[in-house]
Amino acid sequence: MAHYELTLPVDDDHVRRLRVNDTVTLQRTLYGIRDATLIHIFDRGRTSRFDLRGHAVIHTAPNVRRVEKSAAHPAGYAPLCVGTTTSARMERFTRPLMAQYGVRLIVGKGGMGQDTLEAFRDLGGAYLAIVGGAAALETTWIEAIEDVDLDDLNPESLWKFRIRDFGPLLVAMDSHGGSVYRQVQDDAAARRERALADLGVRR
Amino acid sequence: MDVDLEAVEAAAKELYIRALKILPDDIKRGFAELVGRETRATAKTVLGTMIRNIEVAEATDNLLCQDTGLPIYTVTIGRNVLVDGVDLAAAIRRGCERATREHPLRSSVVHPLTRENAHTSTGPRIPDIRFEYSDRPEELTIGMIPKGSGSENNSWLRMAIPAEGVDAIKRFVIDCVLEAGGRTCPPTIVGVGVGGTADLCVHLAKLAATRALGTHCADPEGATLERELTKAVNTLGVGPQGLGGDATAFAVHVELAATHITMNPVAVNMQCHSARRATATFTPQGVTYGF
Repeated sequence: MAHYELTLPVDDDHVRRLRVNDTVTLQRTLYGIRDATLIHIFDRGRTSRFDLRGHAVIHTAPNVRRVEKSAAHPAGYAPLCVGTTTSARMERFTRPLMAQYGVRLIVGKGGMGQDTLEAFRDLGGAYLAIVGGAAALETTWIEAIEDVDLDDLNPESLWKFRIRDFGPLLVAMDSHGGSVYRQVQDDAAARRERALADLGVRR
Repeated sequence: MDVDLEAVEAAAKELYIRALKILPDDIKRGFAELVGRETRATAKTVLGTMIRNIEVAEATDNLLCQDTGLPIYTVTIGRNVLVDGVDLAAAIRRGCERATREHPLRSSVVHPLTRENAHTSTGPRIPDIRFEYSDRPEELTIGMIPKGSGSENNSWLRMAIPAEGVDAIKRFVIDCVLEAGGRTCPPTIVGVGVGGTADLCVHLAKLAATRALGTHCADPEGATLERELTKAVNTLGVGPQGLGGDATAFAVHVELAATHITMNPVAVNMQCHSARRATATFTPQGVTYGF
């Protein structure tokens, strides 16, 4: 179990080095993305002007306040509370996001499925688990909203965050077929039988 | 007792913000208990991060979680409370909108077909406002639950049949917890509705999920089921955030209703670890806030 400081964007070597149960702290840039952002990009033919190659995206739709543009708030938004949503809803978008936009790291909560795991293996990627619901803490890792694209989808726009010491995050899925979530699920099958027996449930 | 609608509007606004920012004391105690019992290192770290988040939210006056949820208000009215229900509901709706615009809060509410967001946290039939009646004649209590999507998206109803008995209920709860995995932001309160009609059963599950820790089902059979299921759920190994561990649920809560001789319905609804809820109680002496 190693710890890595990754400054984004990252190259393939760094991503392939990550293994389940390693920890990672991200630096510099993180893109926020969500249901509507992905639906508009992949189902409705919208495109983003952002270059996401080698970057990390986080599944989020933040609470923001509109403010005057300034050095501290280059996009005209101040982050109020930025937290992470359930990744499972975004499952069918991971492979295209990686193949077409070059995204390499997904930050989310709750884990993702087999399609995502295979996309990580084929294209070189990893899932970094954050503690869902710990948004007040997460917000302290975000310095500013640097830019925003697909602004009309607010709060589900494509957000460009400037981050510092974002983490530590747990590598929960890697490019070598490792998934903490699958381990937990496999382990739970045996535990399910025991729990039902303890509860006196007939087979 | 007359109720001032401006005070209701102000309370409806305040309740939304308080529910998002202040974690109830029973949940804080629940965290301490789970940390004490947890045996796995990753799970201990995750619980520690959640506790740190509570401290940061308090210190920075920030929301516990970015998800402002679907706003649900419960109104409990005593016999001597004089109020027009239509005006009261309108005042609550205005308070909900004001919290969203003035705080500001992210509006998490969209039209279900067009997906348009009015940025008011309101829309057709939302906020959901439920009226009930109290045996305390001089009291009006407004409760607020901002129900986040992580926990609400993992809601289930099964219309089991009488031949399946209580076994169907137990098996269903275990399987729902396993299927939810980390998506509901565990540790959760697992709310279980038993009996009633399909819609009543689901409603009971939500009431159970949002009941304070340490409270028990009024029905002794229901209370026994709660104890058994709480123990069983925490042997499954799902753990905080679904990353493995002992702390899968703070508790399993059961609420029940009588049902039809041919029916055996069971519903599951979960409350995430931010366990957001708040109440305002109006009496002739004024307004007091609680959980």
